[in-house]
Amino acid sequence: MSGQAGERSDASGAQWPLYEVFVRSKRGLNHVHVGSLRAADERMALRHARDVYTRRNEGVSIWVVAAADITASSPDEKDPFFAPSGDKVYRHPTFYDIPDDVPHM
Amino acid sequence: MSFDNAYEAITEQNDARWAFGTGFDSPLSGVDSELPEGVDRADLAAYSLMLADDALVVSHRLQQWCTHAPELEEEVALANIALDLLGQARMLYSRAGQAEGGDRAEDDYAYFRTESEFGNVRLAELAQPDFAFLVATLLVFTTWRLALLQRMTGSRDPVLAAIAAKGIKEVTYHRDYAAQWVVRLGDGTDYSRQRMRDALEAVWPYVDELFATHPVERRMAEAGVGADPASLRDECAAVFGTVLESATLEVPQVSPRAGVAGRAGRHGVHTESMGYLVAELQSVARAYPEATW
Amino acid sequence: MTTTEPDQSELERQFEDTIGRDQRIEPRDWMPEGYRSTLVRQIAQHAHSEIIGMQPEANWITRAPSLRRKAILLAKVQDEAGHGLYLYSATETLGADRSELTGKLISGKQKYSSIFNYPTLTFADVGVIGWLVDGAAICNQVPLCRCSYGPYARAMIRICKEESFHQRQGYELLMTMMRGTPGQRRMVQEATDRWWWPSLMMFGPPDGDSPNTAQSMAWKIKRHTNDELRQRFVDMTVPQAEALGVTLPDPDLRWNAERGHYDFGEIDWTEFTAVVKGNGPCNAQRVAQRRHAHEGGSWVREAAASHAQKQEARRRVRQGEGAA
Repeated sequence: MSGQAGERSDASGAQWPLYEVFVRSKRGLNHVHVGSLRAADERMALRHARDVYTRRNEGVSIWVVAAADITASSPDEKDPFFAPSGDKVYRHPTFYDIPDDVPHM
Repeated sequence: MSFDNAYEAITEQNDARWAFGTGFDSPLSGVDSELPEGVDRADLAAYSLMLADDALVVSHRLQQWCTHAPELEEEVALANIALDLLGQARMLYSRAGQAEGGDRAEDDYAYFRTESEFGNVRLAELAQPDFAFLVATLLVFTTWRLALLQRMTGSRDPVLAAIAAKGIKEVTYHRDYAAQWVVRLGDGTDYSRQRMRDALEAVWPYVDELFATHPVERRMAEAGVGADPASLRDECAAVFGTVLESATLEVPQVSPRAGVAGRAGRHGVHTESMGYLVAELQSVARAYPEATW
Repeated sequence: MTTTEPDQSELERQFEDTIGRDQRIEPRDWMPEGYRSTLVRQIAQHAHSEIIGMQPEANWITRAPSLRRKAILLAKVQDEAGHGLYLYSATETLGADRSELTGKLISGKQKYSSIFNYPTLTFADVGVIGWLVDGAAICNQVPLCRCSYGPYARAMIRICKEESFHQRQGYELLMTMMRGTPGQRRMVQEATDRWWWPSLMMFGPPDGDSPNTAQSMAWKIKRHTNDELRQRFVDMTVPQAEALGVTLPDPDLRWNAERGHYDFGEIDWTEFTAVVKGNGPCNAQRVAQRRHAHEGGSWVREAAASHAQKQEARRRVRQGEGAA
């Protein structure tokens, strides 16, 4: 738990917390996970998301969520390899991504 | 994938999954570029140049930050602001060319005028020694410019009105960026607070000049084309007050920086740093005056 | 790791199966440590290359001789910052950490593409970098859109799409300059002369000297060998040079009808090695500038983190008051 708190706000300033970014590229489509970025707080995360993932474009909807706040299911029940250091990998739930074989998502 | 076509993998993927924007419309498409009746051509040209020069020169200072920003995300954000302002400058230079009625285009103004022909306010050209100075300058500049553009949406010149309408969206965002950073640095660590305070002290003497009315600005305001900068003072002061209060800082109590015999940026009388800025900006273009790029 | 041997081999079998079926490996999947570390190293180097690669081009932004070229160049360098971010983001799915990777870059422990250790000396370099360097990068990168690791492949798709604009803008600038004054034409030829050989070196050492290639290809991290990609680049570029009207500085460059490819001269691998080892014209400068920006920015990053903490504390106090 203390590790999580540290992750949310790194007082040393060496590194801002990680945020996951979801973008609705146009109306009628779901928000899709596009990647992550680092920001000191939610407001900055939203700004950075717009600047980095929708560069020079308007008219999209963006969600950001602190990676530490995401609860993730494992795609593989066994999940032994990363279990000991799960906190690091849990930060990045790319399983939100639509699989490659789903058309037009 | 086929090895024969290096681009195949690029094109075969489904676009919709990615956050690419579509169609970039020209903000001036469909806008009547005829000069409004009764508006003095020379004044409109001079006025457009002043506003263009402000944008180009601030953009230039932002371009100098490229690869020097404190974090990669800020590289992208600063480049966005620099690009927006560069875009505003280009449209305004074009309008100046139309108003002048000659054959000068954007590059003629940017690259082949001398330092004293640039009419930007001095605040725009100040070298920015650190990130606090950058966000201090940006807060003042964008607050002022946003207030100006808001007035200009009602301009009798439809082109300036359209440029202003587009610019408002951009500069609102720029101001928010600057304000957020002033607050973070002011209400951050003791060290950042001191640097933010120092930067504001250094920038503030140049604030007064923004609200001094040049004769061209006065005539353009009277003609219903532009805005009298003096009329923006209270509105800007209120924004500065709000932002600095959030930053737990105070508005610096400093005397305005004097001009030379009452003349400053709008009259082409600049700081020493402007000469270097113009030299850098124009060096290649002037070395190959016959070239097209 | 406390896993027992049978579990391990079963996991490995599943992993190999997934690769064999040309399916993507995703972040939460089991993967061999060698696969993970190879990817972290490769993606980090790629990310570092995007970020260091901003410098040679940013060198000309403020001096770009037309406002249109200035806007294009600025947008392009901005894209590179974005690409660096996408790639650092991909490394973080593998448990790496951006600040650690940045630390390795600025302490010289991790490399980036050696091409960026050459200087940009005239504005024509901006065009030639777009044409040759981005052209070579695209040859290298397009196959990575099919890389077995999902987040890397997805980042590469995005990057490749955006980079196709980079190459086109470079070539267009050169065409414009070649139609211009004799001085401009000389500038283009001179820049081509300087960048041609370093561009060929971008594909890495010859296959015989590239020990990791076989494993990377088996894991489908890499899809083609260095020499295959280099040949592909030469074959693509020679006609482009002819169309442009510049000479490529290689007397041995000629069409080989038997092979169906262009033959080209011997690359100076001594220079390649020297640059990789840190003795290129700009290695020290590039790393120093990155270090300066990163370390010089630490007080800003600290301030933002500190402000976020204060805001969070205030929010808790307000909530506490509300509840009481």
